[in-house]
Amino acid sequence: MPIHEKSLIRPENLHSQENLTIDGVDVSGHWSTFIEPRVVTDYNENLEDEIAALPGGEYIHRCWQCGSCTNACPVNAINPDFNPRFWIYLVRLGMEDELLRDKDIIWQCVSCNKCTYVCPRDVAPEGVMKATAHWLELKGHRPKSPSILFDEVFSEQVFATGKIEEGRIIRDFFKRTGQPLMQDWLVEMVKRLLSGLPLKLMMTMGLATLFRPRTRGWGPARAAIEEYVHEKEAEQRRALGLDGSAGDIE
Amino acid sequence: MNGKYKKVAYYPGCALEGSAHAYSRSTKAVGRKLGLDLVEVENWNCCGAMEVKNIDPKLQTYLSSRVMSIAANEMKFDVVMAPCNGCYHNLKKAEYDLANDPDSVAVVERLSTKAGHETYQAGDIETIHALDWIKHSIGEAGLRERVKNSLAGLKVANYYGCMYTRPRHIFPEKDQGGDSESTLEPHYMDDLLAAAGAEIVAFPLKTACCGGAHTLSDSDTSTKLVINILRAAELNGAEVIATECPTCHSGLEMHQIRAEKRFDIKTSVKIVYFTQLLGLALGLSPRKVGLHENVSDSLPLFKEKGLA
Ligand code: SF4
Ligand code: SF4
Repeated sequence: MPIHEKSLIRPENLHSQENLTIDGVDVSGHWSTFIEPRVVTDYNENLEDEIAALPGGEYIHRCWQCGSCTNACPVNAINPDFNPRFWIYLVRLGMEDELLRDKDIIWQCVSCNKCTYVCPRDVAPEGVMKATAHWLELKGHRPKSPSILFDEVFSEQVFATGKIEEGRIIRDFFKRTGQPLMQDWLVEMVKRLLSGLPLKLMMTMGLATLFRPRTRGWGPARAAIEEYVHEKEAEQRRALGLDGSAGDIE
Repeated sequence: MNGKYKKVAYYPGCALEGSAHAYSRSTKAVGRKLGLDLVEVENWNCCGAMEVKNIDPKLQTYLSSRVMSIAANEMKFDVVMAPCNGCYHNLKKAEYDLANDPDSVAVVERLSTKAGHETYQAGDIETIHALDWIKHSIGEAGLRERVKNSLAGLKVANYYGCMYTRPRHIFPEKDQGGDSESTLEPHYMDDLLAAAGAEIVAFPLKTACCGGAHTLSDSDTSTKLVINILRAAELNGAEVIATECPTCHSGLEMHQIRAEKRFDIKTSVKIVYFTQLLGLALGLSPRKVGLHENVSDSLPLFKEKGLA
């Protein structure tokens, strides 16, 4: 019998024999692979509640493991280890150690909402992926992902001025992630863009990077948003049993 | 014909003032040509794009609600049109949440009061996409009458991306049969461009994801997703991919180049906003629809086809 989702089993627990005879019966071939049973004792019984306490994770308890999300997921099509259905299973069982094996890819969800579209139980798996990625970082299991760093650069600009300016986002993001701005493909893109542009438009675009676009009278909105963000951060840290002090998104 | 869409509030959003200027330019030019009025939302703010929700989803709801509040309460409009899928999606999502989730209502009330503007109430305004705007005001018949320069012979694949149809629950008007849009196989862009004479090719990746959310933060994933889209279009014979979202559009343009530079995979299909194609069909010049502002250089193709 082929083993379904074989990649999910720890390799050291999989045993295959080329030729195998049991009680005088030759079971070589299809029946030659065994999974070694193991005892799991290190459950984190709070794991599901912690994920559910973060934005997006609210409906994880509804999952009935149909696998439609994984089946619809374009990131899974690129990397079979990217498996929303499996992670939801692990979280609900509290198998934190197993989940941590995939800690460096969970943030790669591109928020396409294919999973949310097909989920028969309204779990909103996209939200669960974001909540899980967020949980990993809040708990210190991995540094902030490039994705959340981008979200932060972007959101800080919106909170500060009401609007964003794309050039500044790109520059700030590359700076914060320590990457050179002069990526060959970005340079090529700018070259192709400029070749078609008249001088006047180029000047307008240049000016937009000097004079930041902003929403007039944004000050009170900014203050209200920042106050709310700090409250939420403190709330989340309490839910995860962290120190309870407000973190900062900077 | 729907008179309601003849004059609507226009929410361009941040991308249309930057990298997607061509989309804004061609949308406005097509509107003028069709006798449809756009009045820009005064002193608008960013809707939160795809990023703010990852800091906190209710902040995205607030940001989007402020835009709707200005259009509805201060400018007294019944309809706001957003050509960007991200803006359109976020306004729709805010509308849904404010109609269904008391917690979201409470956060929006609190932030609106502190920020000093009227709180948006669900139902105060109707949010539509640029596709709805043209489809339900002028329609295919109206377009056919006005076409000066038929797109006949131009093979087009229509790409809608993620946020125009997903998640389904925030688009209650879709999947209602009749003239409504389908979330599984959207067709409004197909309908409009076919009316302008284009040859629409079969395109199974209409609502595939371009990886737009991670275009810079996980570029390899985005490039791989974009390669699938470009190749599928070419395999179906498309010369042009028509887009209706600035994030998809720049994602396809950027990663077409990146696929070439990093993976040595070259594709030649051109990437054009659907409003640019409609504009050309209505007799506007390439400059008027901002073809020179695209990265993907489609001018030679349109010259060859006698469209420019
Ligand atoms: S589609 Fe929904 S119910 Fe099915 S496995 Fe995924 S989250 Fe669970
Ligand atoms: S939203 Fe994320 S998890 Fe869901 S299908 Fe898309 S990439 Fe996969």
